[in-house]
Amino acid sequence: MTDWIDIGTLADIPQRGARTVQIGDEKEIAVFRTGDDQVFALVNECPHKKGPLSQGIVHGHSVACPLHNWTIALKTGEAQGADSGCTPTIAVKEEGGRILIARPVAVRVAA
Amino acid sequence: MEFQIGTEPVADGEDILLMPSDDVREHLVVIGNGMAGCRAVEELLARDGTRYRVTIFGAEPYVNYNRIMLSPVLAGEKTFEQIVINDRAWYDDNGIDLIVADPVTAIDRAAKSVTARSGRTVHYDKLLIATGSDPFIIPVPGKDLPGVISFRDMKDVDTMLDAAGKGGDAVVIGGGLLGLEAAHGLTLRGMKVTVIHLMDTLMERQLDEAAGWLLKSALEARGQTILTGANTESIYGDGKVEGVRLKDGTEIPASLVVMAVGIRPSTALARDAGLAVNRGIQVDDHMVTSDADVLAVGECVEHDGNVYGLVAPLWDMCRSLADGLTDRHSGYRGSVTSTKLKVAGLDVFSAGDFSGGEGCEDIVLRDASRGVYKRVVVKDDKVVGAVLYGDTADGGWYFDLLKKGEDVADIRDLLIFGQAFASGGGALDPKAAVAALSDDAEICGCNGVSKGQVFACISAGACSLDAVRAGCKASASCGSCTGLVENLLSVVLGDEVQSGPKTMCKCTSFGHDDVRREIVAQGMRSIPEVMQRLHWSTPDGCSSCRPALNYYLLCALPGDYVDDQQSRFVNERMHANIQKDGTYSVVPRMWGGLTNPRELRAIADVVEKFNAPMVKVTGGQRLDIFGIRKEDLPAVWADLNAAGMVSGHAYGKSLRTVKTCVGSEWCRFGTQDSTGLGVKTERMTWGSWMPHKFKIAVSGCPRNCAEATIKDFGIVCVDSGYELHVGGNGGIHVRATDFLCKVATEQEALDYCAAFTQLYREEARYLERTAPWIERVGVDYVKSRIVEDDAGREALRARFLFSQQFMQDDPWAERAAGQHAELHQPLAPIAIAAE
Ligand SMILES: Cc1cc2nc3c(=O)[nH]c(=O)nc-3n(C[C@H](O)[C@H](O)[C@H](O)COP(=O)(O)OP(=O)(O)OC[C@H]3O[C@@H](n4cnc5c(N)ncnc54)[C@H](O)[C@@H]3O)c2cc1C
Ligand code: SF4
Ligand code: FES
Repeated sequence: MTDWIDIGTLADIPQRGARTVQIGDEKEIAVFRTGDDQVFALVNECPHKKGPLSQGIVHGHSVACPLHNWTIALKTGEAQGADSGCTPTIAVKEEGGRILIARPVAVRVAA
Repeated sequence: MEFQIGTEPVADGEDILLMPSDDVREHLVVIGNGMAGCRAVEELLARDGTRYRVTIFGAEPYVNYNRIMLSPVLAGEKTFEQIVINDRAWYDDNGIDLIVADPVTAIDRAAKSVTARSGRTVHYDKLLIATGSDPFIIPVPGKDLPGVISFRDMKDVDTMLDAAGKGGDAVVIGGGLLGLEAAHGLTLRGMKVTVIHLMDTLMERQLDEAAGWLLKSALEARGQTILTGANTESIYGDGKVEGVRLKDGTEIPASLVVMAVGIRPSTALARDAGLAVNRGIQVDDHMVTSDADVLAVGECVEHDGNVYGLVAPLWDMCRSLADGLTDRHSGYRGSVTSTKLKVAGLDVFSAGDFSGGEGCEDIVLRDASRGVYKRVVVKDDKVVGAVLYGDTADGGWYFDLLKKGEDVADIRDLLIFGQAFASGGGALDPKAAVAALSDDAEICGCNGVSKGQVFACISAGACSLDAVRAGCKASASCGSCTGLVENLLSVVLGDEVQSGPKTMCKCTSFGHDDVRREIVAQGMRSIPEVMQRLHWSTPDGCSSCRPALNYYLLCALPGDYVDDQQSRFVNERMHANIQKDGTYSVVPRMWGGLTNPRELRAIADVVEKFNAPMVKVTGGQRLDIFGIRKEDLPAVWADLNAAGMVSGHAYGKSLRTVKTCVGSEWCRFGTQDSTGLGVKTERMTWGSWMPHKFKIAVSGCPRNCAEATIKDFGIVCVDSGYELHVGGNGGIHVRATDFLCKVATEQEALDYCAAFTQLYREEARYLERTAPWIERVGVDYVKSRIVEDDAGREALRARFLFSQQFMQDDPWAERAAGQHAELHQPLAPIAIAAE
């Protein structure tokens, strides 16, 4: 069974923006809210040179990395276009207005 | 109004078993006399009218009515009689026992009986739970005051009609389908209505942002006040409701408050009876619950993880249920839903999953002049979602394609134009389709240009989109017909078509200059508005057009435009410079490159306190503190602010530094006070947003120690005055400035600087520095505007100073005071040990 962790509400994240979730001391997860209020979660590191994706411009269902502007698909974590590389995704869902992320996965990617 | 109490309430504890001894048929008891409960019975009767004896319990005091028609009743378009689905005679004719105004309060599965509030107990062989949903009431203070209601049943409508009869103000909390229908009804009944919606766009579950924005504009035009991003804090009033207070302190007086924030499956009965309940009562494909003799249907159930809040799925469920009860096997497979909203002529439609995502393509059509927005989402050559606003005629067709999962590869190019176009043309390619149009077919709606006229224009020598735009005006306004015109060009000219100027990005067919011109000409005020009016082909743009649009609007509407933080590059959002390791560097402003012990001490303290690994003197004569964590930024700014220092904007497309030399005050060559003039220049220009970064320098004599001739604006002081230089760049392509002119006084130097800066701000393209801009337009053009046109220069200067009024607040001060503080904090920490 997936253990879901409540991390807040949709309104806590700016539309077309992201907030981070700290896992232990080390890793960060970026939780994105798109223009159509979908929620996605990725490890907060660009596959290129670890740029903090949470700080990029979110458009459609992608985010443009703030460091060198690679475009990363939020659903798959994959770099788009000519670039290649992939950031791990974390299962996330919205239930009764709350945002939940999957614990085992969240912890595994952080380890 | 039909108002029937079923049977007299019975005395407490008295058991009545409504099972005449002569009727030996199986007894089906239904809890809930609503849309699903009754429909299930209808379906059952249609299959086998004799197998079951039926008893229906209803909590409401009415026969079965059409709940979705409550909105027209509220709006005064229908009476209650007109929305009754099954009248008394139907129950009688089919031998159904109807017990109304007597809610069931308990189910005893062991004894196979239900007990109602009156005490009446009835035995069942099969039980059907169809209790629908309970409105969700947000737990704010005052929620129980008289005058606070939900919008769910006929009683609520009566309350609203009563309140409307007395006039006054109403607040509707919730800008979803129900809330908007309530608001519309109340508006028609003469109330002044305010809609409070937590999210940033209306109906965010059904509509994307563009459609939500259109809807909001239209409702506002109808006199409703719509507050989005508004959070209700409490409902106040003495003995009855008097108004609503928002988290930001706003108070909205109201004598009626309608809460329409959502519904929850009504599962209490089932839960108490020990049935499996998750979000809703869990059922299998024949609507059977965890107890084989208990079924459930409608909004109260959860099937395959889904809970539905619309009627269409109920019909599917009821069919499968009736099949199961009569030993047929169809089985419910879940439903895809579509939503249609029609509020006084506003058409909105949405279906399926329009959220896009991996492998999805968005096809967007925006027709600004008709107020139409259409978006169809295609994945693997199948329609998976659609949002339509303004013209929903093709909603059914898209929904059909979606449900059937039809392959649309052949009609992909014409899909967005609707059924008539796409299927009429069969598998025509778009070129053939335009070729097939008649000569008088309208191509450009804005300018009324027909296909024949476009042809004539092309025949007369126009061989590019631009030439057609100039020649016959087609595609010169809103641009929605650009595709058609391009097709016509290639039909006539084949490969000879010349491609036009570069567009802003792949989201639009317009170039930067066109977009800027249209923003001003049409008085556009927000990014969604620009995207709608200029027919953006993506739902919310991309990382290149959004920052540009944000800048263009900011420049066009000083003091008025609400900046869109999410359309800004991280540095401008964080007011610090992102570095390769994800930390930030912070540059306090040092006016004209001057500093003092107090500032130096504050900087030194910050470096120590936050363990900044490096401090560097920048090329622009400022100190840059490196290695600050995002979480620490607000505290860093607070400390620097406390020492009187403001943001250096060293991170933005903005005025960065004014570099100076020491000038006449100390230097033996200096002719004028270059340092003092530098400080004055920086005081005048700081804080302004620009198409790109912008640097100024002032040198005290032609030795030019401040390197003023490779700056965007350079001043070189000479004995007789000030030489002004423009368009220098020390970047990849080093470019020395062009000489603009010489002026006699400091004040003139400042005035020319302001005018030049504004000309650049108003006319350069986003991310175009002054050097390429001047090379593009020619320095003579710049001279003609700044040097030769005194009135024009004065007007530019005035516009610059006017904008500066709104720009010179220190962004750090706001952040240090706590604005958007949460953006620097993680949402939630998660301990790793937990596993
Ligand atoms: C104002 C309004 C407008 C709507 N517009 C649309 C629309 O345009 N399109 C659309 O698809 N859907 C619309 N809906 C939603 C639609 O009405 C519902 O999806 C549908 O009514 C659900 O049917 P149901 O039988 O599950 O629940 P209901 O129709 O709510 O029926 C449940 C019944 O059970 C009764 N009940 C509950 N508990 C007990 C108990 N313990 N004992 C006895 N009786 C009980 C309730 O009183 C109620 O009468 C609208 C809803 C509302 C309120
Ligand atoms: S530019 Fe002239 S005035 Fe300024 S420091 Fe150099 S030599 Fe002195
Ligand atoms: S680190 Fe993300 S694009 Fe380079």
